[in-house]
Amino acid sequence: MAKEKVRMSVNGREIEALVEPRTLLIHFLREELNLTGAHIGCDTSHCGACTVDLDGKSVKSCTMFALQVDGAGITTIEGMAHADGSLSALQEGFRMEHGLQCGFCTPGMIMRAHRLLKENPDPSEEEIRFGISGNLCRCTGYQNIVKAIQYAAAKLRGAPQKEAAE
Amino acid sequence: MNTAVLSREQREAKLEGMGCRRKRVEDIRFTQGKGNYIDDLKLPGMLFGDFVRSQYAHARIKRIDTSKAMQVPGVLAVLTAEELKGVNLAWMPTLAGDVQMVLADGKVLFQNQEIAFVVAQDRYAAADGVEAVEVEYEELPVIVDPFKSMAADAPQLREDLAGKTSGAHGARKHYNHIFEWTVGDKAGTDAAFASAEVTIKELISYHRTHPSPLETCQCVASFDKIKGELTVYGTFQAPHVIRTVAALLSKIPEHKIHVIAPDIGGGFGNKVGAYPGYICAIVASIVTGKPVKWVEDRIENLTTTSFARDYHMTTEIAATRDGKVTGLRVHVLADHGGFDACADPSKFPAGFFAIVTGSYDFPVAHVAVDGVYTNKAPGGVAYRCSLRVTEAAYAIERGMDILAQKLGMDPAELRLKNFIKREQFPYHSALGWEYDSGDYHTAMHKALEAVGYKALRAEQAAKRDAFKRGETREIMGIGLCFFTEIVGAGPSKNCDVLGLAMFDSCEIRLHPTGSAIARMGSKSQGQGHETTYAQIVASEIGIPADDIMVEEGNTDTAPYGIGTFGSRSTPVAGAAIAMAARKIRNKAQMIAAYLLEVHESDLEWDIDGFRVKGLPEKFKGMKEIVWAAYHSPPPGMEPGLEAVSYYDPPNMTYPFGAYICVMDIDVDTGVYQVRRFYALDDCGTRINPMIIEGQVHGGLTEAFAIAMGQEIRYDEIGNVVGGSFLDFFLPTAVETPKWETDHTVTPSPHHPIGAKGVGESPNVGGVPAFSNAVNDAFSFLGTRHIQMPHDHWRNWTVAHKLGLHD
Repeated sequence: MAKEKVRMSVNGREIEALVEPRTLLIHFLREELNLTGAHIGCDTSHCGACTVDLDGKSVKSCTMFALQVDGAGITTIEGMAHADGSLSALQEGFRMEHGLQCGFCTPGMIMRAHRLLKENPDPSEEEIRFGISGNLCRCTGYQNIVKAIQYAAAKLRGAPQKEAAE
Repeated sequence: MNTAVLSREQREAKLEGMGCRRKRVEDIRFTQGKGNYIDDLKLPGMLFGDFVRSQYAHARIKRIDTSKAMQVPGVLAVLTAEELKGVNLAWMPTLAGDVQMVLADGKVLFQNQEIAFVVAQDRYAAADGVEAVEVEYEELPVIVDPFKSMAADAPQLREDLAGKTSGAHGARKHYNHIFEWTVGDKAGTDAAFASAEVTIKELISYHRTHPSPLETCQCVASFDKIKGELTVYGTFQAPHVIRTVAALLSKIPEHKIHVIAPDIGGGFGNKVGAYPGYICAIVASIVTGKPVKWVEDRIENLTTTSFARDYHMTTEIAATRDGKVTGLRVHVLADHGGFDACADPSKFPAGFFAIVTGSYDFPVAHVAVDGVYTNKAPGGVAYRCSLRVTEAAYAIERGMDILAQKLGMDPAELRLKNFIKREQFPYHSALGWEYDSGDYHTAMHKALEAVGYKALRAEQAAKRDAFKRGETREIMGIGLCFFTEIVGAGPSKNCDVLGLAMFDSCEIRLHPTGSAIARMGSKSQGQGHETTYAQIVASEIGIPADDIMVEEGNTDTAPYGIGTFGSRSTPVAGAAIAMAARKIRNKAQMIAAYLLEVHESDLEWDIDGFRVKGLPEKFKGMKEIVWAAYHSPPPGMEPGLEAVSYYDPPNMTYPFGAYICVMDIDVDTGVYQVRRFYALDDCGTRINPMIIEGQVHGGLTEAFAIAMGQEIRYDEIGNVVGGSFLDFFLPTAVETPKWETDHTVTPSPHHPIGAKGVGESPNVGGVPAFSNAVNDAFSFLGTRHIQMPHDHWRNWTVAHKLGLHD
């Protein structure tokens, strides 16, 4: 199948590549760019394990073609840690509040939470639950994911950090 | 360590040993997208395999034409049963003593059964190839309802078994019958029922569902023709067992097979068995000489690899008028699908269903299980469950509520009246188990008090009156469950898989500078073994958990183990860790005695080293002892400090818990609200409370899904209804209730650290609590038993049939 040129910025790096028009964005990220943090969990856009940030919106990268994002800016989980390698507030929150177990949904969940907190820096529990309802987790029952996002929200707002729940 | 500087508390804290809410070491990589899952793996020249699957549930295969597929760009090979017959792999043995087609051999027995395996340069080309394979079918009559499997005129499903009057578990009564398994005292039970003052009898069905971890089943097989070695990377909960199976099937010597399970994105029982995809990827790699990746999509996962449950349990309880149980009789019709591929210990075709007497002191009981074939997917795995324990807990916990209703007794009172008492442990159940320890009354009272049970019942009574007066359209249910599990399979005297005793193992090696590696026969799928196992070692040998690396999943480096399922990691592998650590500590004691110039018996263990009794200043810390083991071992002693333990548990462990669910249901819409869910778990010694609570949250969420909507349903011609996440209910953060956790601690007397395991408890106990809440809500309107799952539509239907919408 004939390939077409696509350009995008991924985690601040300019990418130019030739792709088959039918190549899904998730496959392009994972297999061409070796960014394997975003995962494939369902094939029907329900689980959100493939969530990445695209020009300021959360998108499910299994439901877009790579060609569709021509000219766009993408952030994946690999672009989330601080430049010095330390964990970002959300990554730290997920660890401190035990917001993950098998880790498979985690990159998508963190990318979704990242956008949620950009849109709403001080969400209520209900707003968090609604805000991550496009992302499925089979391990945690979400309770500690909610806490993890609250932890990050507080840290990002500069609110005093409470100790992780005992 | 300088003990003069640090207090005892500081030394303890530094270890981050057992009981500590240690943060997980796994999270550093997972939160950065740096986990290493199967589909992340990329080997040079790697090909991709994909299946052609059956459209029909039961059909004869008249013709398979792969010629067009072979012309699709990128397609390199297409395997069918004919090709596999050349290497004697068209069929494979199952863990349950049956055989299963790897690729359809003459006919198909369930929708989406594997027919051909297309191997191509990438996954897109493989999918193109799948589309181009032509299959001609002749439809055959379908059996979907297991109650019709053994009808006189039922179509024969397994023609390969024609004329065989016995199977792996004894006589077969019908050509669609797999086994009958019985346990208990039939005559005694019949006598108890004959003389009973009160009896109940109910068909309690536990519908078919699926574990559905977020990562599907996948593998990469790579055969090295020059060395004659096979490497299989896969989503394996039991990597060593997979290696042995691969050796037996492929005839490649076991030492030339390397099985590697990297990070696994959830298992829940789905990743215990061996599936056609693994076999086909291995054969394709041998045929092509290239690594071959196989990755299930979600529909394939839900419809082919390992359903769970599908148990139809006719449950009878005999009791006295004042509510003392006198007998239990259960008949199970077990729907095993087209092949019996249950993952149970060999001698237990119905798993540990005999735990069905639950937490109650039944003087006599009898169970009979009939397994039958239907035109459904094979499997019958323990979905977050120790092998049919969930089904058993559901039967008895619904049964007790139905009995309470008949007696006009409060269900909590009935349970308290019949609990096995603390002083009866170790307790021998009527169906042959020896319960290790328990204190049910204390746990139940704590739970009832925590939720304010009496006040809830009073509120419910008032709401019922208001409902009858027409003042509200909402009904309130209080669901109780008091479950006892049996986990940690298991003692070699009665538990094996494929003849392998169900021990587990640990090898600990200390490095000269005082850090360590612990290698395990188990395999985490998200349970956090790298974190918790290190805590056990830390407490046992006084090395900080941060200085201990835990490694699992590589059969070349890990000691042989049976793997992680049935909540066996802590009861079996966790015991192996403690035992290996104690061997190290014993040797360390000899070294310390030499260094301190005293006799070993003059030393006592003190947090992180040995101290001379009565002389607190004479102390040798582990770090110094470890260095001495490599630098200056006592004369005559082998240098080094390492140990291996293969732990064969003397008994299973019996975790228990009290769960209470409070639910409100709108009878006009069927919509329910879980107002409160309280879960008290007793898993014995608690290694990491943070991880325990996380396990309970997750298990309760799965239980909520199963009880309230999650189902693999088939229509009358065997089409899977709900085989994608579009229909298969996985709750989001919005629907998922908030969980309250609590605990009591009753250590296991036979486990080295007293731990019992917890991962599956919430699934086992959660489902009956939800179902009992729904049933309790409707019961005052005249219902006795409402089958799961209790989704909004079904709740509405129940209300409608009760005439509430007239």
